[in-house]
Amino acid sequence: MSAMAETLPLDAPRLMPATPILRMEGITRRFGNVVALKNVSATVYPGEVLGIVGESGSGKSTLLRLMNLEDSPDEGHYRLDIPDADGNLFDLDRYARRMLRARHIGIVYQNPHLGLLMRNSSSGNVAERLLIAGERRFAELRARAEDALSASEFPLERMDAPPIELSGGMQQRVQLAKAIALEPALLLLDEPTTGLDVSVQALVLDTLKRLQRDRAITMVLVSHDLGVIRTMADRVMVMRRGCVVEQGLADQIFQDPQHEYTQALVHAKL
Amino acid sequence: MTALSDLTRPWAAMSYGFLDASAKREMRRKMLKAIAVPGCQMVYASREVPMARGWGTGGLQVTLTLVNPSSTVKVIDQGADDSVNAVSIRKFLSRVSGAKETWDTLEATIIQSRHRIPEELMREDQVLVLQVPNPEPLRPVEPNMSIAREMHADADYGRLWLILYEQMVRSGRIMQGASYPALVNGRHVMTPSPIPRWDVPKLHMARHLTFLSAGREKRIFAVPPFTSVQPLVFSDVPYRVEDHAELTCHRSGVTGYFMNEIPQEDGSSAYEVSDSNLGIKAIRTRDGEPVKIGETWYRKGAMQ
Repeated sequence: MSAMAETLPLDAPRLMPATPILRMEGITRRFGNVVALKNVSATVYPGEVLGIVGESGSGKSTLLRLMNLEDSPDEGHYRLDIPDADGNLFDLDRYARRMLRARHIGIVYQNPHLGLLMRNSSSGNVAERLLIAGERRFAELRARAEDALSASEFPLERMDAPPIELSGGMQQRVQLAKAIALEPALLLLDEPTTGLDVSVQALVLDTLKRLQRDRAITMVLVSHDLGVIRTMADRVMVMRRGCVVEQGLADQIFQDPQHEYTQALVHAKL
Repeated sequence: MTALSDLTRPWAAMSYGFLDASAKREMRRKMLKAIAVPGCQMVYASREVPMARGWGTGGLQVTLTLVNPSSTVKVIDQGADDSVNAVSIRKFLSRVSGAKETWDTLEATIIQSRHRIPEELMREDQVLVLQVPNPEPLRPVEPNMSIAREMHADADYGRLWLILYEQMVRSGRIMQGASYPALVNGRHVMTPSPIPRWDVPKLHMARHLTFLSAGREKRIFAVPPFTSVQPLVFSDVPYRVEDHAELTCHRSGVTGYFMNEIPQEDGSSAYEVSDSNLGIKAIRTRDGEPVKIGETWYRKGAMQ
């Protein structure tokens, strides 16, 4: 952690480097007759948090699955500015995708059952990621699992408890620890606080902000909760019916929305 | 021009070694494939044999394919030549093929075994056939066989290591007693059938050919001679075999081999060498008979 980062408040604005770490262009994804994504392009810069908002069925999670290389589009290009990732990543075979995901991309799912082995220990869940990346020293596995759990503010006295015995907030912390264990170039967050009560949500978001500040992890955060996006994101992409209707700096989107759908979204109240 | 029929003998019904010719041809092909890709599971049809699934039908089909009248067959069950199952299989093999029967590891050309590898070193001209109940090492972590095959294709064995990690966390040591997963030829992880940890190092760079066959699961895999077989171990947690080095067989007096524990009425335990033929040879040697005991993999409990 740099001295400057130590002195910066959590919500301090950041300057973005000029070269994007993630670039997606012309992504179209169809499921039968349904067009889930239509000519979507996205750019993420190192160290920033890109928030993706939209109603259910707008294509947010489909886009995130594509970013995680779990799926392939019908059209489009995907590039990551990291070692071993040349050309269009959608051209990679299953093995290459798996290795790239294991080493460079972390993901936190809304449902911890998708991201965790519920009956293995919490530290084991983190260790699994290290094992896939080739770590074979038991002591090192323990130390790095402890480090990742500690960074995600998980109580270490429970590090060997299985996630099934933990609360939802704690399960999300284990997912987070697993995702950051290899210090990924890109951290994908799919509604990480949905289903948690407000106080736990605040704690998880605080942990995410701290991680983002201390480790400068690039994040893509998908949420339908504008409050979460407003708290976390540097830039916001608004999606509707598989299309990007508006994108820009978070302050700009929230204070001066241009598209009528974004205006409705920002001004919507129960 | 010579017709093909002139070069071949007239077709005649033939039954040798119980299995029909087409079944044996399939077995031979799958066995050759298994040798070509060490440790990789090959699917085969697994014919009916006069024995219930789970009693060694996989091993029996391999032995029936290999056996010929000049073969000498030894069958062991958990190290014993005289168990009901071992005797039944050995007699059946002998009856349908005319092969000789033996209890002696040194005399045998084919050794079919359930859950043990003999203590005496096997030679290049011998074949070991291990009966396997569950050939898939990934089964405990991935019940979907299609996904498990993809994991093998990708050498995705992280979750197998995770099993060992969890054992270390919970018990402070590796608790896997049998079927210890082992990496064959640096590529495929196999379960070496439920042989004890003691026997796994015997497969590493062994002189003999080993077939592992699961009749119920219809899978066959092989460890060719002089092939690397490395049990999965953390680099800072060495592989340990069962601590039997100091145990002595109460019947034969041999020390430093894999033992069966026999609980006694007073709560103590007596030990009996698991390789029953080795014990018999030791007793006969003690009684003054001229019996040849071969070199053993272990000496005084340490792998040679």
